[in-house]
Parts: sequence; C-alpha cells; structure tokens
Amino acid sequence: MTPVLASVIDDFSGGIDFIFNQRESVSGQTQVGGHEMIHLTLNHLALSAAAVVVAAAIAVPLGLYLGHYGKGEFAAINASNVGRSIPTLVLLAVFIAYLGVGFIPIMISLALLALPPILTNTFVGTRQVEGDSVDAARGMGMTEAGIMRSVELPLAIAIIFAGVRVATVNVIATATIAPLGSVDSLGTPIISENVYGADGRLGAAIAVTVLTLAISGGLAVLQRAVTPRGLKLGRGEPRQRNRVFPSLRRRAQTTP
Amino acid sequence: MSALLFAQIQFQSRKGNTCVAENGLCPDWITHNFDRYVGPFWQHVFLTVTSVAIGFVIAFLLALLAHRKRWLIPPLSATSQILYGIPSIALFLLLLPLTGRGNVTALIALVSYTLIFIFVNVSTGLDGVPPDAVDAARGMGLSERQLLWRVEVPLALPEILAGLRIAATTTVGLAALAFFAGAGGLGQEIYADIGFKSNVVVAGGLAVLLAVILDLLILGVQRLLTPWRRATS
Repeated sequence: MTPVLASVIDDFSGGIDFIFNQRESVSGQTQVGGHEMIHLTLNHLALSAAAVVVAAAIAVPLGLYLGHYGKGEFAAINASNVGRSIPTLVLLAVFIAYLGVGFIPIMISLALLALPPILTNTFVGTRQVEGDSVDAARGMGMTEAGIMRSVELPLAIAIIFAGVRVATVNVIATATIAPLGSVDSLGTPIISENVYGADGRLGAAIAVTVLTLAISGGLAVLQRAVTPRGLKLGRGEPRQRNRVFPSLRRRAQTTP
Repeated sequence: MSALLFAQIQFQSRKGNTCVAENGLCPDWITHNFDRYVGPFWQHVFLTVTSVAIGFVIAFLLALLAHRKRWLIPPLSATSQILYGIPSIALFLLLLPLTGRGNVTALIALVSYTLIFIFVNVSTGLDGVPPDAVDAARGMGLSERQLLWRVEVPLALPEILAGLRIAATTTVGLAALAFFAGAGGLGQEIYADIGFKSNVVVAGGLAVLLAVILDLLILGVQRLLTPWRRATS
C-alpha cells in the first residue's frame, strides 16, 4: 500500500512541478512547462471564448425568434438531444478530415458543440415568459422586435445564461483535444506526450480540471448577477427549479 | 466545381489506393477494412453498457435513500454535479496514477459521469408521484416497501428511463475518449488517423449509431413498461 501511495504522490507532484517550473522537453531541444503554461492557457481560453461567442450570436437571436413566434418547437427542444448523441471527438474529427486543421475549423466545431444547449435554453426561456407581460408591452405600442429585445430577453436571461454556462464548460473541456487539429491549448502536453513527458501530461490534466471548475464556478456567480433583481425577489421557487440545467434537459427529453 | 467532382469520381472508379491517397470517402477501402472496427465497436458497447448499468445501480439506490432522508439530496446532487464538471479527458488522466491503464480506470470515470442524470431524474420522478396515489395506497394498507415498489417506482418510470437515455447517449460520447485511459473503443480508431475521411466517417458513424440504438432501445423499454402512458397520449 505504502509504495503505491508514494508513487501516486510522486506522479502528482511531478505534474504540479511541471505547471510551475520550466524544464527541458523529453527530446531535450526546447523548454516546456512553467512559463509556457500561461501561453497555452490563454490560447485555450481564446479558442473557447471565440466558439461560445459565435454560438451565442447565432443561437440567442434564433431562439428568441422561434420562442417569440412559437415556431420550430420540436427542433429547438430536440437540438440538445441530437447534439448529445454526437460524440465531441467525432464532431472534431469530421471537421478536421473535411475542412483540415487550423483555428477556424476547430473553432467552428466547438461552436457547433455550444449551439444546442444555448438554443434550447433560449427557446424554453422565451416560451415561459408570461403572456400577460408580452400583451402589456404590445398594448404600450412596442414592436415585436422591441418585445423580444426589451421584454422577453431580460425575463429569459437567467435560463439563457444557464445554457451559455453549460455550453462554455463543455467547450473548455473539449478544447483539450484541439491540438489534434494543430491548435495549441492546454491539451497540447496531453496529446504530445512524447515531447512533454508523463509529468507534462498529468500537469496539463490538473490545469484543465482547475480551469474548468474555476470557470464553471465563476459563471455560476455571474449567473446570479445577470438575473434581473425582480426575478430573484418573490418568485424564487419556480425560478430556482428552472435555473438548474439538468432538470431542464430532462424536461426537454421527456417531451414526446 | 463540376470538373473537380468529376475528377474525384474518376479517382474513385479506379482502384482503392488512389482514393485513399486522395483522402476521399472510399467504399472499397471501407469494405476491405471494416473488420478492424468490429473489435473497438464491441469494446465501446462494453464500456457504455457496463458503466451505465453500474451507474444506474449506484444512483438509483442513492436516490431511494435520499427519497426517505431528504437532507441527503443537496450534498448528493452537489457531489454528482462536481464530478460531472471535471473534464472527461482530464479525469481519465488523473485516475491513471491511481488505477493504471485499462478498463477499470475508464469505467470509474464513465460511471461517475452517469450518476448526475440518473440521480436527478429518479429523485424528480419520485417527487412527482401524485400525493393522491400515495394516500390511496396507504389507505389500502400497503407497507412502505410495497408503496415504493408497487406505486412510486412504477409511476416514476418515465422520468427514470428518460434519465437512463440521457446517461446512455452521453456515455457513448465520453467513451470515445476512453482511449486516453488505455481502454480502446472507437475513439482509438478515430485518433489513429484523424485526417482520413473514410476512417473518421466509419468509426464516427458507428459511435453515433450506437448512441441512437441505445436511445431507441430504452425508449422501447419505456413504452413496454408504461402502457398507461400510451393510452392517454
């Protein structure tokens, strides 16, 4: 037992050491780890952010439109189900095989991964805005576009943001395999173990885990911040339930 | 464009090797090499089915426990949420020093990802049982155990099986990364030659097919087990 434990501790301290201290690569030609991890982390975040922004720029307006007019319910609800049955590795591999390697194909495939949860949540969020609020806005002379932007978007923002959070966490986790398409990320030491060594691989795994959990936690805090104060007061109970994304997905799944 | 298409058809109508060199989608190559996907496919099935089965047993029992002892719900769902939040590739690699390369490591990680879907759905399913049905069952003199297995669980079945469907399709996707834990599967084949269209389409297609088949299979079970839902809908 003790030698096993010692070797486990040894492995992990090697991984952590890789994150903080630069060292020679396995082949001995370049310096890896330490300082380089900052560069890899920034690349990882830039790639993920680009993918989520592109996905949100498409999915939020589309979800608002479909939700406002009550169109395409089947497609919007089932987008997440279809998205889930396509493995992320397959999605990435298809883009690499057909569009080639590089930032753009990888970013697009990650954006496609982020699209379904944002679309489904925006649609559901828009649909559950009370008809009275929409009618009142219409009675005040607001245009349909104005209602979508100034009434439905703010009232649905908490649910939309929950979708963005799930999408972001998924994208950051998946950006780990971006180096398969020749884009540097924290996954680089994992994919190129022959250069970075076992310590590099474990160190990168630790770094990706910490990054993902930190972003996920940060977005959870931000989600509370973007929720309009009126929604947090008084109507806590039903909102609370809606904000938990897995239950929302479950509901989407059970719709026949 | 049409000239280019024509050229590609020309290449394909010749022998397989040219098509492979051109990185096309080669029917000849696929028929000749299909055998090497069979082993990884069954390994993928094994990883998915085993981890969903183990995850179901664990999460179902925990949800039953939490149904009786309500205070357990927040810590259990928080734990499963955190487990789900760890990126899968990282979890495979973090487990390697502890459990070594192979199926055990892959299964531990995959099981931990199924827990959240099954736990949440069994819990909400049991919570959604109409109080009237529970009262009626109690009035008929059912014991707590009978109440659970004859009334509450059957009425929660649609939710429970919906959770199982999500867990199954998600696990097919995650098992495609199990090769990082040295457990093979279809992901290994994709990774081995990720730029080759024929390879990616066959291995990826098999993975998507597996997800769809499992999904439909559980849906079929759900329809068989809950005939009263069919009558009303």
